[in-house]
Amino acid sequence: MFKQEQLDKISAKKKGWEEKLEATKKKRPERKEEFETHSAIKVDTVYTPLDVADMDYERDLGLPGEYPYTRGVQPNMYRGRLWTMRQYAGFGTAEETNERFRYLLNQGQTGLSCAFDLPTQIGYDSDHPLAQGEVGKVGVAIDSLQDMETLFDQIPLGKVSTSMTINAPAGILLAMYIAVAEKQGVERSKLNGTIQNDMIKEYIARGTYILPPEPSMRLVTNILEFCSKEVPSWNSISISGYHIREAGCTAAQEIAFTLADGIAYVDAAIKAGLDVDKFAPRLSFFFNSHLNFLEEVAKFRAARRLWAKIMKERFGAKNPRSWTLRFHTQTAGVSLQAQQPMVNIIRTAFEAMSAVLGGTQSLHTNSYDEALALPSDESVLIALRTQQVIGYETGVCDTVDPLAGSYYVESLTNGVEAQAQDYIDKIDALGGATKAIDFMQKEIHNAAYKYQVEIDTQKRIVVGLNKFQMEEEKLEGLLKVDLSVGDNQVKKLKKLRAERDNAKVESILAALREAAQGDANLMPIFIDAVKAYATLGEICGVLRDVFGEYQQQIVF
Amino acid sequence: MSEKRIRVLVAKPGLDGHDRGAKVIAQALRDSGMEVVYTGLRQTPEQIVSAALQEDVNVIGMSILSGAHATLFPEVVKLLKEQGVGDILVVGGGIIPEDDIPELKAAGIDEIFTPGTPLENVVNYIKENVKN
Repeated sequence: MFKQEQLDKISAKKKGWEEKLEATKKKRPERKEEFETHSAIKVDTVYTPLDVADMDYERDLGLPGEYPYTRGVQPNMYRGRLWTMRQYAGFGTAEETNERFRYLLNQGQTGLSCAFDLPTQIGYDSDHPLAQGEVGKVGVAIDSLQDMETLFDQIPLGKVSTSMTINAPAGILLAMYIAVAEKQGVERSKLNGTIQNDMIKEYIARGTYILPPEPSMRLVTNILEFCSKEVPSWNSISISGYHIREAGCTAAQEIAFTLADGIAYVDAAIKAGLDVDKFAPRLSFFFNSHLNFLEEVAKFRAARRLWAKIMKERFGAKNPRSWTLRFHTQTAGVSLQAQQPMVNIIRTAFEAMSAVLGGTQSLHTNSYDEALALPSDESVLIALRTQQVIGYETGVCDTVDPLAGSYYVESLTNGVEAQAQDYIDKIDALGGATKAIDFMQKEIHNAAYKYQVEIDTQKRIVVGLNKFQMEEEKLEGLLKVDLSVGDNQVKKLKKLRAERDNAKVESILAALREAAQGDANLMPIFIDAVKAYATLGEICGVLRDVFGEYQQQIVF
Repeated sequence: MSEKRIRVLVAKPGLDGHDRGAKVIAQALRDSGMEVVYTGLRQTPEQIVSAALQEDVNVIGMSILSGAHATLFPEVVKLLKEQGVGDILVVGGGIIPEDDIPELKAAGIDEIFTPGTPLENVVNYIKENVKN
């Protein structure tokens, strides 16, 4: 981007300046011997055109909305519409969560994001022995279509977009959503939203798997295919780095492991006979926004550029929409502290700002009390207001990718991308993401341990935790999930099983078993099953029977 | 003769898949010279107790982030008692509200470590309080 003559001049000047720098350092020693980012990229005192001398503007940055999309996926980004402000919510019963959803929509939230409890995520009904103590705890309990009808009561599914954090039983929950919409008179082709449906990261980091990788990949591709034909505006997968980062990896590892998972899904879908340009435009991503402010911005930019190249060069996609990496972001849960919890509001605001400067399509901001409990109405409201302040007051949304051209940010974008590319090459050499689960888990664990040791040795300062501590009063007003949720769900289930047409349920479950043993797309039969009020546990039970369960490899 | 090494079972009861903390603690205990067995995810209280007996451990450390601690931690202690085991130190950690701690201790959990606890504190607590 610079003429050689200019670079030579700068280089000559910098040599003289470096002598001055050494003299200054003697008088004013630096705070640390080495400065580095979370990905262990060395940070220099200053960045100049010399650090980006090899860059080519057209090739590496381009204009927003154009290949390689480093600067953003749309030409005008937030000058047109701000990102979707989407707070993840769900707890207790469908009634309670429905109330929280309607509260958030009334406060100006623009999309819904649903959290399910662990039994739902792992395909157990609320009365299963393993569900003991877990019903309604980390999300809403959904046992059957009946609960889903309550969850979206009075919410017009033709108008809102809904993201559902559901993976192993993603197809079944999507089937329920379609069934509720059709009862409201909304055609499936009109529905907007996302299901997470990212099984590989469940094995790597999040843990809510049911089936072994092979049948899981079949279900994923069944859903990709079904959505591309019948629910064309639906994001049929949200390939997620969020949980991998929460488990402890670095920024560069986060995008490397996520894109490696993406490659595995694209490979699987192509192998199943799908046309890449039919499903790739509906792939979406989900990233973490952590505390190293500028490295996070660089990470989002690097991820977009990397994915564009992967889709165009590796998979030969022709449709520009297949090249674009669109993503949701959530601020880093692990950065929240139980000590002086109000300080979390500030951490979250900076993390949210990184996501916005990185060009996110939607955003969840964490609430200040989440190191202690599920968030209260009050803390969720502040988190939402944080996004509104960034969007409406700070001015950062008035131009696209305002940090582009910063010598440091561009250099860091290149650095994160290069490190991520190295990891992707390593994973390719191991046979792809589904074969590299152990490798990724080891890398994540090592990074997590290093991070904790840095905090314990004060190499990494965390305000209120290992520095600036103080005596404090207990935080009041924490949300408590009513312990009767489990009992109520069990009662509802009993009633449902007594009142529904059980012969019909039996025959559909038998048909499901047969279809699962063959190679049909299972989505249509999931829809039939949920409409007959077969429960989630019954449907997953058939799948467990046919395919067996995943046995975790213990790596630490 | 060196002292007998402390044996610890690090366990994840319940259904949550967040084992970053459990694994970091497991590594810290191992680095401090203890022998550590990690159970992996989704262990029932029965499985944890049976693993503890089989591995002949001195300590059980459990981690839960889903909120199911109030049900599952006491269940493990109850099962240990039923087996006539009284000399295993039982500790827990995770997202555990302060209000729940007295009840857990009353149920027989020896100590609860909440977010932000330095690794060294956990190591030292175990070294000082291990029962046999």
